[in-house]
Amino acid sequence: MAKVYGAVTIDSNRCKGCDLCVVACPCDVLGLQPKEVNDRGYHYAYTVKPDACIGCAACATVCPDACIEVYRVRE
Amino acid sequence: MEEEIRLMKGNEAIAHAAIRYGADGYFGYPITPQSEVLETLAELRPWETTGMVVLQAESEVAAINMVYGGAATGKAVMTSSSSPGVSLKQEGISYLAASELPALIVNVMRGGPGLGTIQPSQADYFQATKGGGHGDYHLIVLSPSSVQEMTDFVALGFDLAFKYRTPSMILADGIVGQMMEKVVLPPQRKRRTEAEIREQCPWAATGRGDRKHSNVVTSLELDSAKMEENNLRFQRTYNEIEENEVRFQEYFTEDAEYLIVAFGSVARICLKAIEEARAAGHKIGLLRPITLWPFPKAAIRRLAEQVKGILTVELNAGQMIEDVRLAAGEAAPVEHFGRMGGIVPNPGEVLNALREKFSVEL
Amino acid sequence: MKPEDIIKPENKVYARPRLLNDVNTHYCPGCSHGVVHKLIADLLEEMGLQDKSIGIAPVGCAVFAYNYIDIDWIEAAHGRAPALATAAARLNPENLVFTYQGDGDLSAIGTAETIHAANRGENITIIFINNGIYGMTGGQMAPTTLLGMKTATTPYGRNSELNGYPLAITDLLARLDGTCYVTRQAVHTPAAVRKTRAAIKKAFTNSMEKRGTSIVEIVSTCNSGWKLSPAQANQWMEEHMFAKYPLGDLKNVEHKA
Repeated sequence: MAKVYGAVTIDSNRCKGCDLCVVACPCDVLGLQPKEVNDRGYHYAYTVKPDACIGCAACATVCPDACIEVYRVRE
Repeated sequence: MEEEIRLMKGNEAIAHAAIRYGADGYFGYPITPQSEVLETLAELRPWETTGMVVLQAESEVAAINMVYGGAATGKAVMTSSSSPGVSLKQEGISYLAASELPALIVNVMRGGPGLGTIQPSQADYFQATKGGGHGDYHLIVLSPSSVQEMTDFVALGFDLAFKYRTPSMILADGIVGQMMEKVVLPPQRKRRTEAEIREQCPWAATGRGDRKHSNVVTSLELDSAKMEENNLRFQRTYNEIEENEVRFQEYFTEDAEYLIVAFGSVARICLKAIEEARAAGHKIGLLRPITLWPFPKAAIRRLAEQVKGILTVELNAGQMIEDVRLAAGEAAPVEHFGRMGGIVPNPGEVLNALREKFSVEL
Repeated sequence: MKPEDIIKPENKVYARPRLLNDVNTHYCPGCSHGVVHKLIADLLEEMGLQDKSIGIAPVGCAVFAYNYIDIDWIEAAHGRAPALATAAARLNPENLVFTYQGDGDLSAIGTAETIHAANRGENITIIFINNGIYGMTGGQMAPTTLLGMKTATTPYGRNSELNGYPLAITDLLARLDGTCYVTRQAVHTPAAVRKTRAAIKKAFTNSMEKRGTSIVEIVSTCNSGWKLSPAQANQWMEEHMFAKYPLGDLKNVEHKA
């Protein structure tokens, strides 16, 4: 069976830390920075478990600020 | 359509003139005494000839906002109504002014306040010339006194609106709207093509097309400094209009000892009164403002230096008199004579008023 | 496989829509508006309509929609967007004309303009964001506020005796002869977003093909106004809003009557 590898890029300065991507991700890839904030003071999203990403784009789909882009490779 | 001589009502003339000007759209709502504008347009079906859109809106509020939407796309659009309906339109008129959009609004005035009466009046002078809606703005206000001027001012109103990117108003009264007169209708002008509109109105929300940037038509500016800049720009436009577009007509003023200032249909009644007085040897003159805004201040000031007194005659409680007094200053006393609520004075009443107010023997 | 091996242009499956301007929105974190803006921007590009579109922005939180999507816009007075759209569409039949309105704009102050534009069957799309509250002015009651729901002007909960009942205006619009497509969607899950995308695409297609008025209601959250986190707001919406505003097509016909 083909294996799917995914990865996301997050525009952390555009992110408002709303957490919706974290909730939407089926593989618990994402989290909010617990301490660090971006230029506007938000605890922005980042990849906690990048290896678990399957590139399904659920996170990007629900992101209200269009700060996530998604990449996917099938092997 | 060629130039044509016809007999018709002022309201009908507005409709014919709009089509012949090559207007793109009319949006209105029925109200007495101007319903013939929409009725005539519906009868003439310009959408089948020039392609002009004619639509009966659900309210005056909707109609003026349709005008706003159409004007924002660079189209030559207009509406017409009468006093209570024009009150409803004030929201949209303020937005048109603030968004620097050309449009034509016709008010065929009836007696107010409130629902008032359907009979003629000039009691919306303040509303038309001093703003009407919220904010610092002016309309170019044209005052027709004949069916011919109802016709001609459609083109003039549109041309000025596009020249200065600001809405203009034909402030007519129920008499001019309803009376029938001979009128020369201008030949049909072609509506502008889309390419011509894009060239004439590079600011318009036409869809981006091959334009590099998007256009946004808005009156909103939350940055106070920028909002003040916008307001200063509006004021510069108004100053320019005041310098260039004052229109008025003088009758028998060369040797006048007394001056009447009157606009619209009332000016014609006053002219009749003056002709009677002149026949008896009394030197009375008339100044008829054609633009109520910009107001012919300088002409009135000049005549105030010459005459012993000025009488304003209006179908209201005394509105234009404030502008006449400001213009005349201390140079001459200014008195008001008016009838209200749909009553139209006869020439005899005008002369009586002159006698009473200035203790002159006529 | 390492992220740097995956993050290559040829592997990109989800990009920020190019028609979204490179600015940060003024919306609160988690606000549904952003998702809907993204869908519109994405679809206009996909459908090749970016140069033909005239958007009509409302008064309300989405008043600045024109700053975010790179097309021509007209900013309407409160509630009047359908009147502007009527004229813009009739005078520019080659263009796509759509309004973007909230519940206060569309179902309170603009009720007459909305109903009559839809009843005339104007060839426009109305995108209707229903979050049951006035966001921009600070969380006051909207016509769509649920009974019992606390807002700044119903601090003890909406009471039908005092405030009347929640208005499902889309149900009403579906009954008008001028509408061809009336649907109620949401953007709280990836699946819901995809359905909403399809709905807006259908509505835009209808408008370009002159089939009548299309209305896409998007039941949305206002987590700030509701005083919940974005995730909690989505949950609250599912539990409460969908009962009064159930998702799905309310009308889907080939052409207005």
